[in-house]
Amino acid sequence: MTNTVLATTAMILSIVVTATAGDILTASAMRQVGDLDVIRQRSGIAGAAAAVVTNGRFGLGVICLALSFFSLLFAFSHRDLSLIGPAATSLTFVTNALAAKFFLRENVDHRRWTAAIFVCIGVALLAF
Amino acid sequence: MTFRRYLVLAVITLTASCGDTFLSRGMKSLGPVSLAHPGQLIHAIFSPWVAAGIVLLIGFFASYLTALSWADLTYVLPASSLGYVIMTLLAKFWLGERVSPMRWLGVAFITAGVGFVTRGPSYTDHSTVTTHEVRREELEPAEEVRQ
Repeated sequence: MTNTVLATTAMILSIVVTATAGDILTASAMRQVGDLDVIRQRSGIAGAAAAVVTNGRFGLGVICLALSFFSLLFAFSHRDLSLIGPAATSLTFVTNALAAKFFLRENVDHRRWTAAIFVCIGVALLAF
Repeated sequence: MTFRRYLVLAVITLTASCGDTFLSRGMKSLGPVSLAHPGQLIHAIFSPWVAAGIVLLIGFFASYLTALSWADLTYVLPASSLGYVIMTLLAKFWLGERVSPMRWLGVAFITAGVGFVTRGPSYTDHSTVTTHEVRREELEPAEEVRQ
């Protein structure tokens, strides 16, 4: 592997790992918080915002998503949008589906797996 | 799923795709960032295109969190993936990138994937899930159980 390929792989992997951790942590936080529409009706927008930002998992998730954001900015400054965007996103789809099944215990049925695979193939094709 | 919730998914789709395109436009105009000078990334935040992209991504994040409070992650991500189609169109018509037939095939796959997931249940209700009810959830939307 050339240094260019290694560097591109490292950029994409750093986006995928931090984005997956961020997505799983924020999704887990929102599951703990509950339906925001219901909370907003009960406590107003300030109450709903407070319920979210005081959640510990949400804080960790935001840190991971911030790292993912800066990894993305770094990658965009070196490579094309049409390479980094599809590659990072399609891999994140698969890692998110696996992590959601094992960590969030979501009911990832055949319909969702099919959707994830279709979107993954589709996003990967966007790179050509 | 109500009309308002589909609207939230539409906002996620539009803000994510436009936000990423703005970031790409901004970072291209600034040039490559060196690992030896990571402070350039902080400087980039204050450039107009990147700043506008961040504003859109804040809107994306707020609507994304709202969606995650009533739907599964494995529902929200594919359901909002039409954003990659919009991103491709923006890359072609605004940034001037070439869009090959393979990319259009990719757009067709994504659209099919979105169709699959949005026809199914949006939420796994852990408080009531049993083996029997998991089978029932496959037949009827979980949000009806919640409401």
